Amino acid sequence: MALLVTRDLTISFGGLAAVANVNLSLETGELVGLIGPNGAGKTTIFNLLTGVYRPSRGEIFFDEQSLVGLKPYQITRKGIARTFQNIRLFNDLSVLDNVRIAYHLHASYGVTSAILRLPSFHHGEAEILAESEKLLQIFKLAPYRNEKARNLPYGEQRRLEIARALAAKPKLLLLDEPAAGMNPQETRELMELINWVRQEFGLTILLIEHDMSLVMGICERIYVLDYGRVIAEGPPEAIRNNERVIEAYLGREVNDNAPQGGES
Amino acid sequence: MAVFFQQIINGLSLGSIYALIALGYTMVYGIIQLINFAHGDIMMAGAYIAFFVVVYLKLNIWWAFIISMIGSALLGVIIERVAYKPLRNATRLAPLITAIGMSLFLENGGLMVLGTDIRSYPGGLITNAQLPLTLFGIRLTATTLQLLILAITIVMMIILQYIVHYTRAGKAMRAVSYDADAARLMGINVDNTISLTFALGSAFAAVAGILLGLYYNNIQPLMGIMPGLKAFVAAVIGGIGLIPGAMVGGFALGIFETMVSGYWSSNLRDPIVFLLLILILLVKPAGLLGKNNTEKV
Amino acid sequence: MIEVRFNKKNLIVLAGVILIYFLVYGLQAVGVISAFQEINLMMLGINIILAVSLNLIVGFTGQLALGHAGFMAVGAYVAAILTTNLNQPFPVALLAGAFSAAVAGIIIGLPTLRLRGDYLAIATLGFGEIIRGAANNINYIGGAAGMIGIPQLTNWTWLYVMMVLTILVITNFINSTHGRACVAIRENEIAAETMGINTTYYKVLAFAMGAFFAGIAGALYAHYFYLIQPNTFTFFRSFDILVMVVFGGLGSITGSIIAAAGITFVNAALQDLAVLRMVIYAVLLIIIMVFRPQGLMGNKEFTLDRWLKKRGAVSGPTGN
Ligand SMILES: Nc1ncnc2c1ncn2[C@@H]1O[C@H](COP(=O)(O)OP(=O)(O)OP(=O)(O)O)[C@@H](O)[C@H]1O
Ligand SMILES: [Mg+2]
Repeated sequence: MALLVTRDLTISFGGLAAVANVNLSLETGELVGLIGPNGAGKTTIFNLLTGVYRPSRGEIFFDEQSLVGLKPYQITRKGIARTFQNIRLFNDLSVLDNVRIAYHLHASYGVTSAILRLPSFHHGEAEILAESEKLLQIFKLAPYRNEKARNLPYGEQRRLEIARALAAKPKLLLLDEPAAGMNPQETRELMELINWVRQEFGLTILLIEHDMSLVMGICERIYVLDYGRVIAEGPPEAIRNNERVIEAYLGREVNDNAPQGGES
Repeated sequence: MAVFFQQIINGLSLGSIYALIALGYTMVYGIIQLINFAHGDIMMAGAYIAFFVVVYLKLNIWWAFIISMIGSALLGVIIERVAYKPLRNATRLAPLITAIGMSLFLENGGLMVLGTDIRSYPGGLITNAQLPLTLFGIRLTATTLQLLILAITIVMMIILQYIVHYTRAGKAMRAVSYDADAARLMGINVDNTISLTFALGSAFAAVAGILLGLYYNNIQPLMGIMPGLKAFVAAVIGGIGLIPGAMVGGFALGIFETMVSGYWSSNLRDPIVFLLLILILLVKPAGLLGKNNTEKV
Repeated sequence: MIEVRFNKKNLIVLAGVILIYFLVYGLQAVGVISAFQEINLMMLGINIILAVSLNLIVGFTGQLALGHAGFMAVGAYVAAILTTNLNQPFPVALLAGAFSAAVAGIIIGLPTLRLRGDYLAIATLGFGEIIRGAANNINYIGGAAGMIGIPQLTNWTWLYVMMVLTILVITNFINSTHGRACVAIRENEIAAETMGINTTYYKVLAFAMGAFFAGIAGALYAHYFYLIQPNTFTFFRSFDILVMVVFGGLGSITGSIIAAAGITFVNAALQDLAVLRMVIYAVLLIIIMVFRPQGLMGNKEFTLDRWLKKRGAVSGPTGN
């Protein structure tokens, strides 16, 4: 079985299906794109996969285990980490602490050792610190180490979110528009970084992105979502020429001022 | 059975007062998601304003209602401008703490200025006669004051429904409580709308304060604390932010309370009310009339 | 880089802690401390324990709890019953009081922590009132009249040891991955949860620990003033403790200590003007929140390093 499988994944809000009968399948090591017009239900799928929402119907299997009904922290422990479209950093904490918090899962000492300052505490903390510093290096955030997260430039905040997600040592990484608001140069660098990280950490990645050329450039396979349903799936070339996809994007372009979801 | 119906009659009076206070809590919560801890103390201020109007200005009780409503409305607006408005973009904890500060200020300021003595409205303000009542062949008593409380409450609620649903200001209030940013973009003056909500809620509290003073025949600077808390409990039980919820919650709590004191012990009344609150929050976190929404992430 | 455990900084602090103990002990032995001053000294210690423990819940974990006096009451009554009615030694009573309060913290914590901020505030406030209401109605513990004749067992040594212990335990907890988990919940609960933090567990843990030390404070209180009544533990006392935490800075332990000390001092100074004192508090509370919502210290700590550095004496690297 593939690393991640969903069957008939469905959720409705007040009678309206935001995600309907979605079947995804991700093999270990893949980098898969998830695209679709505004309000198609992409973020909602992430929320379902990470347990933030509970599906109205359908199944989610990760590593052959069902995830439905698990709490977000339990799902993270099983090996799924994510970033948020509307950045959710620990704003008043330092960049270093943002990453250190995410190592929590792998901390090797308990509350008692912390209170009594037993050797295991000191070792555990040293380990967390070393690993966090390493991630900050990789994501070029080391210079901001002691800066509050809220004071970082936008692009750095997005990078910090990815670094933080990686600190949880996931097998599957969900990235929700990681390049939103970046300029083309920054975007390209970020994509290279994502690709490199994937190989370095042996990750599987599901990526939501609006920039078509970007998704086409780096993803091996793409799912296209419209009105909560998968309308196409396949390698970039196939998607590029798919009638329904073109229609979904172009047909929407004309009256795209309609509801765009309330997020900011 | 007679006891039961008698408790319902008593409960309705108390419940009316709770409902009036709860309306203010719920309107403020609906519009800025703040527990205005000072609300019960605004009610106390309302009761005192009326006291001074009838005792020193020698006006009748209806003038007392009107002047007290205006005075309390002003007080509510000032409190909002001073203590809550500067913190609109701060963490949610901040205005909650200033609300507690405001409440302590009014209570202790009241104690300092008004003294600790308990006062009561002069007799003869309203005719308070016993009315024999027969229900299903059971003889009960209600007082004219109890009927008056119920009548005033019902009239106030009708007025509120009218304001909220049929006036421009009411529509603005609903728009702001639904989405303040969107309302601003639509050209609604959000600050004024919030002030208006405080004014309205405080005027209702003033009425409640006077009725409470008449009902228990005493007023004192700390009279707002417990009824204020209870009314908040009522608003939460009904579903905070919902105007019908405050009414239902107020009446339900009033009747529940008189039942507990009537059948059990008045010493246990307060703890049991809070126990009820916690139980309801656990079973229906959004209150009796509230809907549970998934927070959008 | 592994921290040096017995570095100079820690030794200085340790020396200071011991010095203060013997200083006060000595002053007391010589008889310089008046009865009035002693009362305030005790209140100071108790207030510090209360403020620091509430800060763990409100300041660090971000859960607005208005029932701290309730936990204090549990500790006070349980400990008093053990010493007064059951003739148990003080340490046993102290521990039992603390554990009972912690259990109360878990009982209130588990179900209510699902509630959002304001609901939690009102539920915990209600909880405090339930405890008080219960105490009012139980004849075994004196009902509304309360318990009298509790042996006066709290002395400077017990107070000081408990205070230092509270500060030490909570500081160590905060500066660990477990404390960071609590802070993450305060900063962004959803992000914390998706980072693998069991938010319910840590909220309950914070409640249990905070309640534990509030229980100790209650037990110390009962055994110093040898009289407790349900009305000692109204929600005004909970507010009082909250005021200290807010003044000092949500998320600053040294801030809580300084604020608790300052407020105890003002309390003593304005002893005869109880009402005026409350008015002043109220006004200060509003002014501080409006103009300096982060409190005296913000979420920073007063550290020896910073202090020394400011004075230009030492310019070594700081730990964190
Ligand atoms: N908690 C919720 N309550 C009600 N409706 C919701 C909720 N979460 C999502 N929706 C709705 O579900 C639909 C899909 O939203 P979603 O955020 O998943 O879209 P998206 O594909 O991520 O769009 P975008 O590209 O704008 O980020 C939208 O209509 C949105 O309003
Ligand atoms: Mg989205």
